[in-house]
Amino acid sequence: MASSHGTPPVFNNKVIAWIDHRLPIFSYVEKEYHTFPTPRNFNYFWNFGAIATVMLVLMIATGVVLATNYTPHVTLAFDSVERIMRDVPQGWLIRYLHMNGASFFFIAVYVHIFRGMYYGSYKAPRELLWILGVIILLLMMATAFMGYVLPWGQMSFWGATVITNLFSAIPVVGQSIVDWLWGGFAIDNPTLNRFYALHYLLPFVIVGVVALHVVALHIHGSNNPLGIDPKGPQDTVPFHPYYTMKDGFGVTVFLIVYAGFTFFVPNQLGDPANYIPANPLVTPTHIVPEWYFLPFYAILRAVPDKLGGVIAMFGSIAVLFVLPWLDTSRVRSATFRPIYKWFMLVLVVDVIVLGFCGAHPPEGFWVPLAQLGTIYYFFHFLILLPILGKIERPLPLPPSIADAVLKKAG
Amino acid sequence: MRKALSTVAVALVASAAGAVAVSAESVGAFETDNTPPQLHWHFEGPFGTYDRAAAQRGYQVYAEVCSACHSLSLLAYRNLVELGLTENQVKSLIKDIQVPDLNDDGQPIERPARLSDYFKKPFPNAAAAAAANNGKAPPDLSVIIKAREDGPNYVHGILTGYVPFDKLTPEQIKEFNVTKDDYFNKYFPGHKIGMPPPLEADKVTYADGTKATLDQEASDVVQFLAWASEPHMEARKRTGVRVILFLLAMAGLMYAVKRAVWADKH
Repeated sequence: MASSHGTPPVFNNKVIAWIDHRLPIFSYVEKEYHTFPTPRNFNYFWNFGAIATVMLVLMIATGVVLATNYTPHVTLAFDSVERIMRDVPQGWLIRYLHMNGASFFFIAVYVHIFRGMYYGSYKAPRELLWILGVIILLLMMATAFMGYVLPWGQMSFWGATVITNLFSAIPVVGQSIVDWLWGGFAIDNPTLNRFYALHYLLPFVIVGVVALHVVALHIHGSNNPLGIDPKGPQDTVPFHPYYTMKDGFGVTVFLIVYAGFTFFVPNQLGDPANYIPANPLVTPTHIVPEWYFLPFYAILRAVPDKLGGVIAMFGSIAVLFVLPWLDTSRVRSATFRPIYKWFMLVLVVDVIVLGFCGAHPPEGFWVPLAQLGTIYYFFHFLILLPILGKIERPLPLPPSIADAVLKKAG
Repeated sequence: MRKALSTVAVALVASAAGAVAVSAESVGAFETDNTPPQLHWHFEGPFGTYDRAAAQRGYQVYAEVCSACHSLSLLAYRNLVELGLTENQVKSLIKDIQVPDLNDDGQPIERPARLSDYFKKPFPNAAAAAAANNGKAPPDLSVIIKAREDGPNYVHGILTGYVPFDKLTPEQIKEFNVTKDDYFNKYFPGHKIGMPPPLEADKVTYADGTKATLDQEASDVVQFLAWASEPHMEARKRTGVRVILFLLAMAGLMYAVKRAVWADKH
């Protein structure tokens, strides 16, 4: 490698050296993406940060092109999306990439979050890194929700109705907040216009928070599957070419699955009802959000009281903000936590079950199942994690990363 | 390493499969015994294409029957050349269609349709469409195949699923509250449908000699409407095959380079 971490690199190219002396962008890239010492034992779960970054860039690129062809007006929005599909050259490609890209961005981020939880990546000294990640998740949810409204189909309209009406549960000022969100006394053109403006704005806010997320990451470096800190150069490899290559491979495999959906079943993840133009006079038999919101939707409906449901839904995200302090175990990786490991997998099953509850009308056994799932979700974070850290006996940690890797390789 | 990769694959497949299962059930308005017959369609599958001959016949069914009530507002007559017709053939298909326009004095007139015109709407506006159809405007058919769960089979089912009043059992009449003036359809949610049976055998006479059975007419119009819903489907699938082949080759290359780079670290 050209230089070791800490010593400033020397550039042979005079132009680069001239620029770098005045604005050290090349030194920055060299330091943070080339020589950056990275634990040598990442598994493929560590690809998903890079994958999520690629998806963010892809969503912004396709989104800007869509925006140049889209018309944010209640009488024209639906047809303008179909015009993109029919008359804009390769418009169908851009639109299907964007539409399925939302789903695959969430898949990447959900796996990334699971990775963080399973390997304890949120623990000291990475609490702020984790919190910035939760902020990104919240911003993504807001962006995705408002983006889904833009085609102005039946689910756009009625999804927006359900979600904006949640704020009416707030005592005293609730209805005023709803009117303020709507820009009027019903969901109409002002609502569509502001959602469009915000849907264009928020992704760039996400880019900003992602930048902070990366800065925070590069202070203490990445966690790793063993959850122990690197103790010296034998425990790390330079980021490039080792992880640029490994991320490149992981990103490509992910893109294959994404392309499979985009080109062969582009409407599989969406609701057919969103190809029916929005009609404020006809309520769909069953209003459902996009699949990536279903667990939260189930939590919302699991509480019989409207305000209670809203609090539970927002609470299910809020609890993630304090996760670093709820988990009292000093051991990061679930690999060395024999009990936590299983409860972590139970939590994944719980969230998937909640997803199915959210997809079904709240009747019959789905109601108690969603309630049970919701109770378990909060039990995991608020009761189990604080207690488990005190009573669990972790397995002995290996002396170093290199030791563990070389022992495994035999 | 390999184990972790398979874990990722399982996680991805599981989340995708969960999403598919969820979206497949999300409309949920039908009872299970309402599932329309699952037919094989020429445009299905990763290499499926539109059956041009069937879609042309389907246009004839639309033009002679459906277009009396249902608009197809997102399509222009010029689009019909994509069904394998020449411009002159399309011109002769639309030669009797008069579309509204304004003359140079700004007065409303009717003139013969041109290739650049969008499909003529059967009613001047939604209110007129509703007024002529017992208060509910017939839906536009431009994306109808994408706008219904299992669209092709559903539309085919609706067109072939009518049961005459005298063939209904007393239990069905009671359960669904059917009267002599209602139309009963096996596959419509709630079964009582506003649309009178639109098709029957020999409703149209096909120029290519195909026998116009009810099932043939329904299948043909579904082929036409599937194309109308997704006119670039063939280009999409062709592009998709190339993209996936490229990505597979790229993934192979990436993996080989990654192995080589990591060779001294294991």
